[in-house]
Amino acid sequence: MSKRALRLIGSRLIQVIPVLVLATFAIFSLLQLVPGDPAAVIAGETATAERIEQIRHMLGLDLPLWQQYLHWLGGAVRGDLSNSLITGLPVLDEVMRRLPNTLLIVICALLLSIAIGVPLGILAATNVDGRIDRIVTSIASLGVAVPNFWMGMILVGFFALKLGWFPTTGAVSIFQDPATALWHAALPACALALSGIAEITRQLRSSLIDVLSSQYVRTLHAKGLSQSKILWHHGLKNVSLTLLTVIGLVFNRTLGATVAIEAVFAIPGTGSLVVASATNKDFPVVQGVVFVLVLIVIFCNLLIDLLYSALDPRVNKR
Amino acid sequence: MSIVTEGAARTRTVKKRRNRFLSWLISDKRAAVSLTFLVLLASLSLLAGFIAPYSPLEQSMDILVPPSALHLLGTDDLGRDVFSRLVHGGPMTLYASFLAVCIGTLIGLPIGVLAGYIGGWVDTAVSRMIDTILSCPSIVLAIAVTGALGIGLTNSMIAVGIVFSPGLARLIRVQTMIVKGELYVDAARTFGMTTTRVIFRHILPNAIQPVIVQITLLLATALLAEASLSFLGLGVQPPQPSWGQMLARAYSYMEIAPEQMYAPGLAILFTALAFNALGESLRSLLDPTRRRSD
Repeated sequence: MSKRALRLIGSRLIQVIPVLVLATFAIFSLLQLVPGDPAAVIAGETATAERIEQIRHMLGLDLPLWQQYLHWLGGAVRGDLSNSLITGLPVLDEVMRRLPNTLLIVICALLLSIAIGVPLGILAATNVDGRIDRIVTSIASLGVAVPNFWMGMILVGFFALKLGWFPTTGAVSIFQDPATALWHAALPACALALSGIAEITRQLRSSLIDVLSSQYVRTLHAKGLSQSKILWHHGLKNVSLTLLTVIGLVFNRTLGATVAIEAVFAIPGTGSLVVASATNKDFPVVQGVVFVLVLIVIFCNLLIDLLYSALDPRVNKR
Repeated sequence: MSIVTEGAARTRTVKKRRNRFLSWLISDKRAAVSLTFLVLLASLSLLAGFIAPYSPLEQSMDILVPPSALHLLGTDDLGRDVFSRLVHGGPMTLYASFLAVCIGTLIGLPIGVLAGYIGGWVDTAVSRMIDTILSCPSIVLAIAVTGALGIGLTNSMIAVGIVFSPGLARLIRVQTMIVKGELYVDAARTFGMTTTRVIFRHILPNAIQPVIVQITLLLATALLAEASLSFLGLGVQPPQPSWGQMLARAYSYMEIAPEQMYAPGLAILFTALAFNALGESLRSLLDPTRRRSD
């Protein structure tokens, strides 16, 4: 790796630090949103005074706010996200146990979105206002308006219950049995991919149309370059940055949307964990899941940032 | 005399505006269809009590009967009329969407305007904060905030509103910065107009158009968020009906009566589609240069 690239990675990493500090503070502050006395709310209506005190002490709520934050941050840096209030087990272990199940369907969905969205976007942009374009844009409009968990229910109803081609619920670890794991992930990933496909198609179409109608493409036409050569050599090269941004956006959204999908397919992932713990007021777990997901998104954004500069040398100069 | 002409002039402007609105609807079929649908839905929601043949909470012995003349969409597992629940779920769902978007706007708009207008370190701090919040998947954040505030429709929609606010703030911030550089703002300041007056008289009216588009689009997002949260049991609490909650119910007996999941899902789909279409149409109306690529 060249020295320049290393320096670039270094400067980007330094820029991440304030975001991380703010993010951890925001996650930590979640508890401040609880109306009234958080310890009493968490303990429930029937709790004894001792139990309330115990929870207050466990969460460190008897300390001043800045001390609470530093305490939490210190733990988080050492990989200690404290323990669940209900099971008493370490939060990080539980999150890490479930994360592969979530990431498997999210990554499958993302790959599906790219594999289907990119060709559809190109197809629509090269046939602007034609019949193909109209069909593709209609599908894309539908895709962003469909509740993904409803799509999941329809897929289960048809492909799992009626035809029996796929399992209805559950997940298998990708590390133990990759083939069965993918078989289980197929329907959830399809349901999740729908909005991603729609988003990628729309954005790619829109920016490709802009590029193809620009002055220099007209010049290329005048020079006698063929339509396909212009598209593949110049059009796609110019929209690759937009595509990268959209992929990052879709990844973030898919990571969120998977929560409802996990409920439909009874997948033991981080989404179902955050729902269960929010319902049971198990705040250390909620904070832990949000923390890990934010870390993943920040890492992903960093990766996209670095890819940007690899694709477009102008970015480095800024 | 002057009163008469003033009145006549006002009637003329109103008429002109109305004509422009009508010609927009005539030229843009998509806007016309989605607006008609939304107006119908709103009136249906207002008249829910008269239209629904049964009470949405009324249970009966006819459990999971298929659609018939008596029960247009059949009954659910407690013998409640699905059509009546769907009609009563409408106002609930619309209220939830509007609540979330209102809260998002009330938080995001002032923050964005101030950051854009003041600039400097305030702007930097606000922008960093916005980037940070946006790096968390929105539904997950909404769930976490709902957990903290307490489960229920209003709290979950406050959470969704909070989650919406950074995006709106970012948009209005950029718009404010653009308008702030205009000559007429400088002129107003030179003449000694107070900052508040500059913001309300000049900045807001000129920066608001893209925000209106975004708000329309966010209504669809809010609708889908409400559906997800109610489906997950964090939003509307049973026995009250909402479309998302009806889907959760239908999911639990999907193997016996799979057809019950279609009506609430289609209701969500069409309403979200209508909000999105209206937003896109508004965007091309307000910014004609984008018409081609959208």
